Amino acid sequence: MPSIKKPLIPLAAMPKNDIGLTIRDYEGSMSTLCAGCGHDSVTAAIVRALFELSIPPHKVVKMSGIGCSSKTTAYFDSAAHGFNSAHGRMAPIATGANAANRDALYIGISGDGDSLSIGAGHMVHAIRRNVHMVYVIENNGVYGLTKGQFSASADIGSAAKHGEANTVAPVDPVMLALSLGASFVARSFSGDKEQLVPILKAAAQHRGLALIDVISPCVQFNNHYGSTKSYRYVREHELREIEPDFISTGREIVADLPHDGALMVAMHDGGLVRFRTLPADYDPTDREAAMHYVNQAHARGEIPTGLLFVDESIPDVHELNHTSESPLVELPFEELCPGSAELEDFQKSFV
Amino acid sequence: MQATDIGDPEYFHRVVECQWACPAHTNVPEYIRLIAQGRYSDAYMVNRESNVFPGILGRTCDRPCEPACRRERVDGSPVAICRLKRVASDLRDDITDQLPKAPEEKNGKRVACIGTGPASLAVANDLMPLGYHVTIFEAASEPGGLMRTSIPSFRLPAQVLEDEIGYIVDMGVEVHYDSPVTSLGTLLGDGYDAVFIGSGAPRGKDLEIEGRHDDPAHVHIGLDWLKSVAFGHISSIGERVLVIGVGNTAMDCCRTARRLGGGDVKIMARRPRQYFKASPWELEDAEEEQVEIVVNHAPRRFVTENGRLVGMEFDVLEWDEQARHSRKLDTVFLPCDDVILAIGQENAFPWVERDLGLEFTDEGLPVVDAVTMQTTLAGVFVGGDAAFGPKNIIWAVAHGHEAAISIDNHCRGIPADDRPSAQMSLTSQKMGLTEWSYSNDYNPSARQQMAHVDLTKRFQELRLEVELGFSAEQTMREVQRCLNCDVQPVFRAPLCIECDACIDICPVACLTITRDAESESELRSMLTVAADNLEEPLYISEPLAQTGRIMVKDEDLCVHCGLCAERCPTAAWNMEKFDLRLGRAGIGALL
Repeated sequence: MPSIKKPLIPLAAMPKNDIGLTIRDYEGSMSTLCAGCGHDSVTAAIVRALFELSIPPHKVVKMSGIGCSSKTTAYFDSAAHGFNSAHGRMAPIATGANAANRDALYIGISGDGDSLSIGAGHMVHAIRRNVHMVYVIENNGVYGLTKGQFSASADIGSAAKHGEANTVAPVDPVMLALSLGASFVARSFSGDKEQLVPILKAAAQHRGLALIDVISPCVQFNNHYGSTKSYRYVREHELREIEPDFISTGREIVADLPHDGALMVAMHDGGLVRFRTLPADYDPTDREAAMHYVNQAHARGEIPTGLLFVDESIPDVHELNHTSESPLVELPFEELCPGSAELEDFQKSFV
Repeated sequence: MQATDIGDPEYFHRVVECQWACPAHTNVPEYIRLIAQGRYSDAYMVNRESNVFPGILGRTCDRPCEPACRRERVDGSPVAICRLKRVASDLRDDITDQLPKAPEEKNGKRVACIGTGPASLAVANDLMPLGYHVTIFEAASEPGGLMRTSIPSFRLPAQVLEDEIGYIVDMGVEVHYDSPVTSLGTLLGDGYDAVFIGSGAPRGKDLEIEGRHDDPAHVHIGLDWLKSVAFGHISSIGERVLVIGVGNTAMDCCRTARRLGGGDVKIMARRPRQYFKASPWELEDAEEEQVEIVVNHAPRRFVTENGRLVGMEFDVLEWDEQARHSRKLDTVFLPCDDVILAIGQENAFPWVERDLGLEFTDEGLPVVDAVTMQTTLAGVFVGGDAAFGPKNIIWAVAHGHEAAISIDNHCRGIPADDRPSAQMSLTSQKMGLTEWSYSNDYNPSARQQMAHVDLTKRFQELRLEVELGFSAEQTMREVQRCLNCDVQPVFRAPLCIECDACIDICPVACLTITRDAESESELRSMLTVAADNLEEPLYISEPLAQTGRIMVKDEDLCVHCGLCAERCPTAAWNMEKFDLRLGRAGIGALL
C-alpha cells in the first residue's frame, strides 16, 4: 500500500470526456495489492475504458467474489454501485442484478480461483444465459491470497515459486467459453493496455456476456523463471492475434473482411470494433475456426490474445428471459405488485 | 533515441527549477526541508554557501527562482521561496562558529576590490578563507553599496545588513571607508596581484526636459535622494510628490516619500502597467501604501512659478496593442511640490583611465567575459552592476563567486577559463518499503500571504520594517508546498519488468513506456500526455529488457511524489536526492 493517496493535482491540461469528466473521476481508492500486480494494470485499463466511453460513473455496477482479483472493484469508479459476494458467487449475483435492472453497465471482476475453481459452475451458467455483463477473469495461475498454490488455470509443467511443477491439466476459460456458446470471448494481457483497453471498450458495448481472460501476472508468487504466467513468459509467447481498435461511432453495419485485413464488427449499440487480423484469413465471427485456432496455438505453446470470437446475434439474458425493460426500481408499485386478484387469475391460467 | 545521461550534473540541475534559475544556484529544496525540520541555522548555512546574504536576499531578492518554480505550473503560484529564506535567517541561532575562517598564515597574494557592494563582498567571502589578503575601497562611510543606500531600511533593516557584511569583513578584510578610487592606474601601481571592480551602477539617470534646472532643490534624482535619506541628510518632502519611473527604485522612492510627509504621491508612467519594470510585489506594496499609479503620461516639462516648482506638464498617450507606438491625446498639468526621477541608473567609470588596456563597449560598460568576469586587462576583473549594468543583488553574488575563481586562478598562474568542474551525487531516500526521508505527499495549501505592519504605524517611523515575516503556522504550510524537485525519480532500465505499475499510479501521467522514436519531437508526441513544454527535458531510458521499448518521463509534469518508486516491484524506480556541488574558488582544486 502506498504511503500516500494518489494526489489530486489540478492540471490545466487534463483532458475531459464527452460528459465533462476527467480520467481521475473514474478512479477508486488506493490499491492494497502488491506493487507490480497485474491486477492494478487491469484496473487502470478499466478506468481508461470507462473514461473514453464517457460512461456516467453511477451507471456502472461492479461485481466481484473473493480473491486478490476481486479486490480490484474497490480500485476503480468510486461512484459506481457494487456487490462483493461470497467466493465464486459473483456470477449468480450479477445475473440477479442484471435481471432486476438492465439499465447499467455490469462489470464483473473475478480470478482463476474465483471463476475456474470454486465458482466454475456459476460462471458456466452465466455464460449459457448470456448475462449482459463484462466478465473479466484476472488470471495469474496461482492462489495469491493464500501464498501461491497452483490454481485451476496453472499449465502443466509450470513451476511454483519453490520449484515444483504443476501436473494437473488446466481449465482454459477461453476454450470453455467457446464451447459453451459464449457470444464474446477475448484474451488479453495486463501488460498490454494498447490491446486491453479497446477490448474492454468493445466488451462494454457488447450485448450479452463478454468474457475477457486477462493474463495478469502475480509479481509475488508467479513471476519467476519456470512460470508460464510471468511478465517475461507471456511477452515471449504472446501471439497477438488481432489488434483491436474500438471506434465509438453511430450505426455501422457488420462488414466483411476487406482486402487490407481489417474487419469491422458493429456492436449492439452502434459502436464499432475494427480488427486487424494477423493471419489474413482469421475470422473472429467463426466459432469453429476460433476454437481450432486457439487449440493449435496452445499446442505450439503460444498464447493467442485479442478478441478471439464475437457474435452479436446471440440472444442475451433479457431476450431469453423476457426481463423487464425498465429497471424494477422504476416500475410503479401497482405494476410490480399487481395484487392478490391478479395472482389468482394467473394461477387459474395453469388449471 | 539516446538515453539520458543522468551522470551529467546539468541534467538533474535543470529539473531543480529554482536552483537552475537562481544565478547563484542556491539549493532551495534542501533549505526548505531544513526549515520544515526546524533546523533554521542549517537552512541559513545552506543558503549562505551559495548566496552569501540570506538575510538580505530574504527581503530584497528579485527572486528569479519563483517564476521558475514547478509549483507555479501546478497550481498557479510558486512556493514563497524568498520569504522562507527570511524565515531561515530570522530564526537562526548564532552561526558564527560555522562561518569560514581566514587562515592565520596568508598565501602572500593581495587582492583589491572596489566598492563594498555584494559583488566585492562575495569575492572577499570566497578568497579570505584561501589565505588571500583582500583590501576593499569604499567611497561611503559605511559598507553595503546600493544595498544600503538605495534599499530603504523599512524593507531592509540596517542590522541585517551589518550582520551579514560583518560575517565577511570580520574574517580580516581590510576596508578603507571614505576612500573613493579616483584612478585605476594608481591602484594598479600599488602592486596588487588582482583587482576586482564591484563599483555598481551608482548614477541615477536625469531627465533633461524643459524647466529641469529651474528649481533644482525640488527635483531629485531617485538614487541620490534615497542615499541622502539613508544617511539622514534628508528627512522631509513636500505634500504632493510625483515620482517619474516604473522600476523598483521608483517604488522605493514613492514609499519613502510617503514616510517623509508625502501625502499625495503619484507614480507617473509613460506606458501601461504590464510594461512596468518593477517586481509585481513591489508594485503591490506601493499601492498598499496609497501611492497612486498614473499610466500613459509622458513628462513634457517642469513648471515653476517665481522660481518654485509648482507642477509638471504631461502628454497623455494612447498606445497600440504591444505598446510600441503611441499617439498623443492631450496635455495635462499636475501640481506638485517635489519631483523624484527614478528612470534608471547608469554605470560611471570616470576613474578608469582609457589607456590602461581596459576596453569599454559603446554603452560605456567594460568588455567582460560573461563566465570568468575577466576584463581585457590581465588581472582586472569586474562583477555586479559594474559589469553588465543594473541587475540585482543575487546576480552580483554570482559574479563574485565566478570572479573569485578567476582571481584564484590568475594568482596561481592558471588560465581563467580553466573552471573547477561541478560535482554531483545521488543518494537514495528510501527508508522503508513505502517510506521516504522526505515528505512526498502533495500538499494543496495555497501560497501564504505576508503580513504587513499597520499603515498608520509604518508612516510614523521611517525605519520600521514593513514585512513581519511568516508566522510559525504560515511557515509550516509554505514549506509543505515545495515539491522537492531535487529528490529525483531515478530509473534503472535493467531492473524493469514492464508491469506498468508506475504508469498506472502516476498522478500526472508523466510516464510512458513506448517504442523508440526517430526524433525527440516524434517522441514528445507519442507520450501519454504530449510533452508540449519544450523548455523541459525528457528523461529517456536505455531499452527495456523484455520488449526493447523505452521508459520516458516528461520532466515538465513530474511532481516528485515518489508513487512510481513505491509501486515499483523491482525498485527500478527509486527516489534519490540530487546534490550539486558547484566549483568555487579553491574547492574544485581540492576535489
